[in-house]
Amino acid sequence: MDFQLMIDSIPQLLVGVWMTVKLVALALALGICIAIPLALGRVSKNPFLWMPVYSFIFIFRGTPLLVQIFIVYYGFGQSESVRESIFWPFFKEAYWCAIFTFSLNTAAYTAEILRGAIQAVPHGEVEAAQALGMPRLLMLRRVVVPRAFRLALPAYGNEIILMLKGSALASTITLLDLTGVARVIVARTFAPYELFLIAAVMYLVLTLIIVRTLKYAEWRLSPHLRPPRYSD
Amino acid sequence: MAFASVAVGLVFGLIGATAKLSNSVIARGAATAYTAIVRGIPELLLLLIIFYGGSLLLQQIWRSLGGDSYVEIQPFVAGTFTLGFVFGAYATEVFRGAILSVPKGQIEAAHAVGMGRLQVLRRVMLPQVWRFALPGLGNLWLVLLKDTSLISVVNLNELMYNSRSAAGATREPFTFFVAAAVIYLAFTIVSMVMLQYSEKRARRGVRQS
Repeated sequence: MDFQLMIDSIPQLLVGVWMTVKLVALALALGICIAIPLALGRVSKNPFLWMPVYSFIFIFRGTPLLVQIFIVYYGFGQSESVRESIFWPFFKEAYWCAIFTFSLNTAAYTAEILRGAIQAVPHGEVEAAQALGMPRLLMLRRVVVPRAFRLALPAYGNEIILMLKGSALASTITLLDLTGVARVIVARTFAPYELFLIAAVMYLVLTLIIVRTLKYAEWRLSPHLRPPRYSD
Repeated sequence: MAFASVAVGLVFGLIGATAKLSNSVIARGAATAYTAIVRGIPELLLLLIIFYGGSLLLQQIWRSLGGDSYVEIQPFVAGTFTLGFVFGAYATEVFRGAILSVPKGQIEAAHAVGMGRLQVLRRVMLPQVWRFALPGLGNLWLVLLKDTSLISVVNLNELMYNSRSAAGATREPFTFFVAAAVIYLAFTIVSMVMLQYSEKRARRGVRQS
């Protein structure tokens, strides 16, 4: 064990951490924006709405993230039409390819989580909203979606952690995220233990932060489940 | 590849679950650390640690034992071990949940009719643990199937590696990666059908509402 090397490489790895955090945060934010309409489409009764959504979700959940990221990064450049379209500057960059793939991937998983949550919203609440004469969209916005979010939170927390771990795949398309930086330094110094172990510790710390934050969010969002505090 | 990893993973999972439920503080602590650590770091990183770090470690051990030849871990071994290791960590939690959900009364009843410990395990616990654990294990199997693609990173000739080299040779990456995706999807569909069948079979003694 070369501790000096471990300490020396921490600043570089932290740059990688920042990249990883950026990737994950952006992908999650975009992913959830895509996932909400998807989940609503998934529970709709109109076959023209739920069938395409279902196949989208099925395809993204049924293939490895690595394959998806390769299709986008290496594959899209193959066809002329993509290379000549206005999107090319976008798909040329590994960074945007990674964001694109991760967002769609996490959107598929999140949509499925939200679907479960939407279906778990107590039927009585929906009926009550209807009885008050709320139009469908208002009901979705005020009753179903906020309620579903609370119900989905534990499962969504898992998805965030999976996304964090999935982001390590960005290193396979030349991006310098935490794993990527570690691999570059390993290739230069040939000290796999030191670098990979320290990277592992950094991932663990990130996971821990996420888990703690989620615990707090869950606690905040369920005041009705907390034991009452008596003040006298 | 996937099958070998599942076999390794199930063993890890069963050991982990037993350790987590045992009375010994050390066993419980070790199992908790195992699941927490493995579930907290990316599979890719773990694979890299085991593949590169592991071969270096083996090499050093071999050297200190007086050997002087070159030792290398086969990518297949490293891959199987890593995936099995990861699968085991998740399976530990699944098994723990399943074991806990066997009603206590049934175990007491089995003891009361004079069954021995092993008999209880075989006749009462296992059939039910199997039923409770199957959906969770099914999900893990689907995850594992997709994780096998990671092994291409350490250059094992599996599906993804082959499509990568084909893509490189023909300069038609899109075609080959989509083909790989379709094959993975087909595997997924087949596994889902089989899982549904075996879940039904494991459930055959339960009244359906």
